[in-house]
Amino acid sequence: MSAALRVEDLRVAFDTRAGLVQAVDGVSFAVAPGRTLGIVGESGSGKTVAATTAMGLLRGPRVRVSGRVELDGEELLGASPDRLRALRGDAIAMVFQDPLSALHPLLRVGDQIAETLRAHAGARGLSRAAARARAVELLDQVAIPDARRRVDAYPHELSGGMRQRALIAMAIANEPRVLIADEPTTALDVTVQRQILALLRRLRDELGMAMVLITHDLGVVAETADEVAVMYAGRIVEQALAAELFAAPRHPYTWGLLRSMPRLDAPVGSALVPIPGRPPSLIHPPSGCRFHPRCAYVRERHRSVDPSLEPVIGAPEHRVACLLPETERRALWAALSAESVR
Amino acid sequence: MAAYVLRRVLWGLVLLVLVSLLTFVIFYVLPSADPAQLRAGRDASPATLHQIRVSLGLDRPLTVQYWTFLKRLVLHADLGFSYFSGASVGSLLLDRLPATISLTLGAVVVWLLVAVPLGVVSAVRRGTWVDKLTTGGALLGISVPVYWLGLVALYLFASDIGKFPLLPGAGSYVPFTHDPWKWFTALILPWLVLASTFAAVYARLLRGNMIEVLSEDYVRTARAKGLSERRVVWRHGLRAAVTPLVTLAGLDIGLLLGGAVLTETVFGIPGIGRLNYDAITHADYPVIQGTVLLAAIFVIVANIVVDVAYAYLDPRVREA
Repeated sequence: MSAALRVEDLRVAFDTRAGLVQAVDGVSFAVAPGRTLGIVGESGSGKTVAATTAMGLLRGPRVRVSGRVELDGEELLGASPDRLRALRGDAIAMVFQDPLSALHPLLRVGDQIAETLRAHAGARGLSRAAARARAVELLDQVAIPDARRRVDAYPHELSGGMRQRALIAMAIANEPRVLIADEPTTALDVTVQRQILALLRRLRDELGMAMVLITHDLGVVAETADEVAVMYAGRIVEQALAAELFAAPRHPYTWGLLRSMPRLDAPVGSALVPIPGRPPSLIHPPSGCRFHPRCAYVRERHRSVDPSLEPVIGAPEHRVACLLPETERRALWAALSAESVR
Repeated sequence: MAAYVLRRVLWGLVLLVLVSLLTFVIFYVLPSADPAQLRAGRDASPATLHQIRVSLGLDRPLTVQYWTFLKRLVLHADLGFSYFSGASVGSLLLDRLPATISLTLGAVVVWLLVAVPLGVVSAVRRGTWVDKLTTGGALLGISVPVYWLGLVALYLFASDIGKFPLLPGAGSYVPFTHDPWKWFTALILPWLVLASTFAAVYARLLRGNMIEVLSEDYVRTARAKGLSERRVVWRHGLRAAVTPLVTLAGLDIGLLLGGAVLTETVFGIPGIGRLNYDAITHADYPVIQGTVLLAAIFVIVANIVVDVAYAYLDPRVREA
């Protein structure tokens, strides 16, 4: 199966006064049409930087990028600004976190959608009337009630959920092959979150899009992603099929994420376990395993040896960057999950 | 909206009465030349002076004087007559208004045409030579006093006294209706001089606004949609950054319509500002009162127009 989006050894660094911030440090992943990759991690783990770099939105004299980003085989990192502009909003589109600030406050929602259509209409062009009619269709498609009227609304006249739907309508306007959704539900009420996720899944299936879902919320991933990549300090530390990751996580950081997530099926009174410490500095990352200062199972060797992302024995699709022996990891997780059930 | 505007207009009327009272009080409380003396000329006899005082109504108590003024203004829209020339203040104002409007509106066009592109380009190309030149030029434009710049401009370019006699100099103003071409050429220097300070202020303000707006999420969205950089900057960016500028422009226009005293004086333009300046030197109270009230009206109207325009420009204000 050929990937719609393939990212290989992506590295992004920012040249700041304080030093070089290595925000993304050798990240690789691929997403096939109709599939969803969830990228999970804390704030500052590099997930958004990786995505915006893939979109070509992070360019400038102070940004250093290397690696490969391929959209249907076409290399994007070296593409000309014009070529990138032509692909953005057309073949690859993005949904942002806070729909209120991501929509232009002074322009009508319909005009903002129509603009996306007209920008990619090619030489033949698209009349204002046709673009508007299509905008109404799109608002309809993302289940905004009374789309014919709402097309003339300003963002502040819509509810949070409707704004996010409008933003999604804008992203799918030209039926992109890849949709990157960056924390699409974080700014929304819990009930609305589920609706937006359902909408994204439906659109992914209808349009056959490859979807990258960036979130810090494992619940969102569990519901929507086929595959999950867990990011820590600019790197992927564990990557597996979603079902496999939730059933048999291998990285202590993933355990921490899972145990700090509230669950409705957990026994009453069971406590959430936070991950101690704070995300590391990306200017002077920790030596050895980058998670070692926060890891409960750290050994002396882990402070100096930097683990690479290796397939798990017996599960080649499951890869993890951890220096603990596989048998020990399995035993530790078994003990941890038994503890939280008890 | 209509009710809001009506309320503002009524408040404006109240304000005008207060302004007129204040002008009146200041004129009589602060030391100024004696109007009768100025009219009578040198070596006038006390009898002549007294006669002039009586004919101007200056012998009556101040409260009566003010009340008479107010009554005439409200009932007959009559601002009285100039102590100095004897002409009706209303007709003086009407005569002078076209020159002031010409000067103001021309200058507005000039400063917006200069400031908007400079502000946008220096924001987009922050730190480049365009930006440095603009910011430096703006600092100069803000610091230089208008009358000095006006004199330098005349000294350099005026056809009569200039080193490079390119343009008509001081006192060359002709009404548009007489000769549009001469009107235009005579105003070029005053427009440029008056616009310079404003262009500097506006360019700096817009640059700051644009830098802020261009880092907004919705500008990133516009880029993510694949819009051309030009459209991102000029439609999405400028649209959001320009609103405070419109507000400021409205207020400045109102202020200048009340008379650009320095520019009009330096260039000998027979406008409201010049009229006001002359009235003050002649202790011509009725004309002072007239010019001050006219200026106040422009400022009040400008404020109302700006508020309404703001609601039109920003849909979020409309409902509030």
